[in-house]
Amino acid sequence: MRNTKRRYGVLIVGLWAVLSWQACAPDVKAESTDEVTSEVSVPQPEAEAQTDAAVLDTGDNAWMMTSAALVLFMTAPGLALFYSGLVRKKNVLGVMMQCVFLMGLMSVVWALWGYSLAFGEGGTWLGNFDHVALRGVQSEWVDGQPVVPMSGTIPTLTFMLFQGMFIVITPALICGAFAERMKFSTMVVFMILWATLVYCPLCHWVWGGGLLAFEAGQPTVSAGALDFAGGTVVHISSGVSALICALLIGKRLGHGSEPMPPHNLTYTAVGAAMLWVGWFGFNAGSELAADGIAASAFAVTHFGAAAGALAWAGMEWITRGKPSILGTCSGLVAGLVCVTPAAGFVQPISGMLMGLAAGVVCFFACTAIKNKFGYDDSLDAFGVHGVGGTLGAILTGVFATRAVNDIGDGKTLGLIEAVAAQTPGDTVLVAQIIATAISWVLAAVVTFILLKVLDATMGLRVSQEEEIEGLDFSQHGEEGYIFI
Amino acid sequence: MKKIEAIIRHFKLEDVKNALSEQGVRGMTITEVRGFGRQKGHTEMYRGTEYEVDLVPKIKIEIAVAAEKCQSVIDTIVRSAGTGQVGDGKIFVSDLTQAVRIRTGEAGRDAV
Repeated sequence: MRNTKRRYGVLIVGLWAVLSWQACAPDVKAESTDEVTSEVSVPQPEAEAQTDAAVLDTGDNAWMMTSAALVLFMTAPGLALFYSGLVRKKNVLGVMMQCVFLMGLMSVVWALWGYSLAFGEGGTWLGNFDHVALRGVQSEWVDGQPVVPMSGTIPTLTFMLFQGMFIVITPALICGAFAERMKFSTMVVFMILWATLVYCPLCHWVWGGGLLAFEAGQPTVSAGALDFAGGTVVHISSGVSALICALLIGKRLGHGSEPMPPHNLTYTAVGAAMLWVGWFGFNAGSELAADGIAASAFAVTHFGAAAGALAWAGMEWITRGKPSILGTCSGLVAGLVCVTPAAGFVQPISGMLMGLAAGVVCFFACTAIKNKFGYDDSLDAFGVHGVGGTLGAILTGVFATRAVNDIGDGKTLGLIEAVAAQTPGDTVLVAQIIATAISWVLAAVVTFILLKVLDATMGLRVSQEEEIEGLDFSQHGEEGYIFI
Repeated sequence: MKKIEAIIRHFKLEDVKNALSEQGVRGMTITEVRGFGRQKGHTEMYRGTEYEVDLVPKIKIEIAVAAEKCQSVIDTIVRSAGTGQVGDGKIFVSDLTQAVRIRTGEAGRDAV
């Protein structure tokens, strides 16, 4: 066993060395045919990195770098606290380790090949390898000076970083489904493969000019998806994959008979608040600029969270007589998930209505429906992200309006607007539903195959003893709270 | 010597401590415990899953006393810790075979 681990270690370090050398070696400037990036160089006597001052907008870049930081903050401490508070004490570090380790792992994957597969020009199905190890993204020496590739008004580096934070958080969301019982080593391999085979393709399809890219002027059925910040790419993909994980990995030992209440809801509450704040970067940052649409997306995000919080708490108040902090936090997250695809396409009050709907629908998904079907989606990754994301994608097709974002070249967008303008055919709703279905299928099928293969080779679950002992010690050799 | 263990309600700790001090009891050990007796627990709900929580938080006080003081200490605790409601707690008395003051090595009644 030790020999195998050593061999893997040498292999990984070797690969790393080769790729790093590749990245740092002086390169001949390759012809970049990306639609997304454009090389701009202005002959200047100074030897500092030059970007065309007329193209780079410092406001946009400042906002986008801030947004990238906000989104990373959502994974840890945000999600790390939110999730770890919900598990039993003996697994608190296990959850945190998953979040923090994935920050590192997914970032490396993104830099080495993920960005290239997602946003390389490629074709309908996938990007290409033009940007492996960030070639064409990082600065280059061209015609006697450093040049920073640009993506619109921001450096491509900023764009790559912002998008990279999304591939970090998406796998971390899935961890909610298999909390307290998945083998760490298998999780690592699973996430590398999932990111490469589910996230990157889906990201390319929706945002990289691929299969689901929105094209104004297309017939409504094949128009592509309106996904502003990741309803399909992040929430549906992670939520549906989470459901498959929960079903295949099976329930926690003692689920249904042993009490497993959250060991620290104070963490969960603090984590939820961090998610709300971070989500402004997630949604408003997806405009890739600090403009009016970003401000509108910010508003949609905020009021979606607000309504979601009230809605779930309200449902508890009505059905059980007491609103809870867990319900309020779950509701605000559900609201945020729901408005994620809609953020830059709907009005703030529409966002509020969507948040309200999500609070109610996800409340039922996480209580009545989960109990009825009996699956152990431990932290409700499917109930909130899968269901909320699906609801959001469809409602985007209802509420989207050209008044916020004229992505349709003057055509009406959402169903409400189309009906009001008496052009009921000009609506994105059908395309939204189709895109949602395609996302579901990709996530479900690939996740299923990956899990089956990994179960046969590495094993998905820890042993019974390890599960009873707790992942903190069995997987990581640590204890979360030493209070003597 | 006797060892007295008293399980009492959390919020009664200050009252019991003060009453015992007034009586000349110079030391005690406090632990936070959970338990149940006739006082039933309650149901908590977390996102659609109900939990019967029948372990109720209490405070345990342990005191070592000379045998002749035992009854008066018990009376003091009963008086200061009681509310008349189910869940007031219990007192257990056992024989203490030895007690030692670590600093000086004094043993027996002098250590209590």
